[in-house]
Amino acid sequence: MQVPAPFEYERATSVDHAIGLLERLGNTSRLIAGGHSLLPMMKLRLVNLEYLIDINDLHDELGYVRLARGEIRVGAMTRHRELLESDPLAEAFPIFRDAERVIADPVVRNRGTLGGSLCQADPSEDLSAVCTTLDASCVIRGSAGDRVVTMAEFYRGPYETAIEDNEMLIEIRIPVRAGGSSAYEKVERRAGDWAVVSCGAALWMDGDLISDARVGLAAVGPNTTGIPAISDALRGKAPSEELFEQAGAIAGENCSPQNDMRGSADYKRHLANELTRRALRRAVARIGGQAR
Amino acid sequence: MSMQVSMTVNGEQVTEEIEGRTLLVHFLRDQLRLTGTHWGCDTSNCGTCVVWMDGEPVKSCTVLAAMAGGREVRTVEDLEQDGVLDPIQQGFMECHGVQCGFCTPGMMMTARALLDRNPDPTDREIREAISGQICRCTGYATIVRSVQWAAAAEAAFEGRS
Repeated sequence: MQVPAPFEYERATSVDHAIGLLERLGNTSRLIAGGHSLLPMMKLRLVNLEYLIDINDLHDELGYVRLARGEIRVGAMTRHRELLESDPLAEAFPIFRDAERVIADPVVRNRGTLGGSLCQADPSEDLSAVCTTLDASCVIRGSAGDRVVTMAEFYRGPYETAIEDNEMLIEIRIPVRAGGSSAYEKVERRAGDWAVVSCGAALWMDGDLISDARVGLAAVGPNTTGIPAISDALRGKAPSEELFEQAGAIAGENCSPQNDMRGSADYKRHLANELTRRALRRAVARIGGQAR
Repeated sequence: MSMQVSMTVNGEQVTEEIEGRTLLVHFLRDQLRLTGTHWGCDTSNCGTCVVWMDGEPVKSCTVLAAMAGGREVRTVEDLEQDGVLDPIQQGFMECHGVQCGFCTPGMMMTARALLDRNPDPTDREIREAISGQICRCTGYATIVRSVQWAAAAEAAFEGRS
């Protein structure tokens, strides 16, 4: 039987209350949202705490997808199922629905949250790759107020983020730019598993030329990685199979996969290459309205 | 580290002493003696522990009993009402959806939730709904058929077909 080590359970009734508790309990405490990453880690005694602060009552406050000027704001407690079912989100960023369809399973998606996924900072985590691809930023709140960090600043290494012990992630902001689309491709060993490799692509067109493009890879490095060299290679060019091939090659070269039970490093490089091509192809087709 | 928790389980208010670390599945089985909910992989993979929390299927091995405080929990024991089986249960009997029976409680709770949201699911939608659950007898074809049987029975009962 797997059970966590003993801890004291606290339930936060508001964001301010949660931050107050974190302020008081410091690094002996952790927030729990859906709990589908944290509880398994606690059962394996990889995480041991004195206090667990349940923030599920903050869903009313932090569960939302809001259209703001020039960006979409998603509350950190928004659950996977809500992200999957959000039409405004899928319309602006089809990559979200692509990814949510292949994250865990429907029952797990009833509980897991966007904020929890990002804070887990697992190198194979799909929404981290999505947010990296979309150049999202993270709003982190502490008793002194809010600060906003980029995804690159947010990740400090596997399972490590920029969030201090007395802070919490409250919102993800994703810039909306006209003329673009996005897609997500994932290879997994079985339905609902972690990625062997997955790849997000977002692309914006100005007439016949690519004005900007971003690719984010998961499971091929210490954190999900955006690859600036691909953006440089694609900008100002017309989309073509040769160009996607070039981008795929850059992805294969610019990642650092490891041999593990999910596959060899060589196989993962091959996947990074192939999935980059597929994701870019699909994103471009979506701009032209040729694919869903 | 003990604490008190109150929640509604199958329509009844319960208040119990628990440890903060008590998982919902053990609370239901060991403290309330509702052993219809099974305890399987412990790692939120197999889905035999699925119960409803506030109307949504959840894996009770990965929810703390404390987190269910103040919420409404429904277990497989609540499917049968006044001696009448839920059409889902009937379907599992009619179509041999039960082999060894270990995955059955979770399968039925997920299937009930599916039909409540989508009374006429396609084969694919049923498979998607139970994709977080494992039948180690590999009896998926009969489970899908059982859910279809229930959907058809409910449609007939409501005069939809």
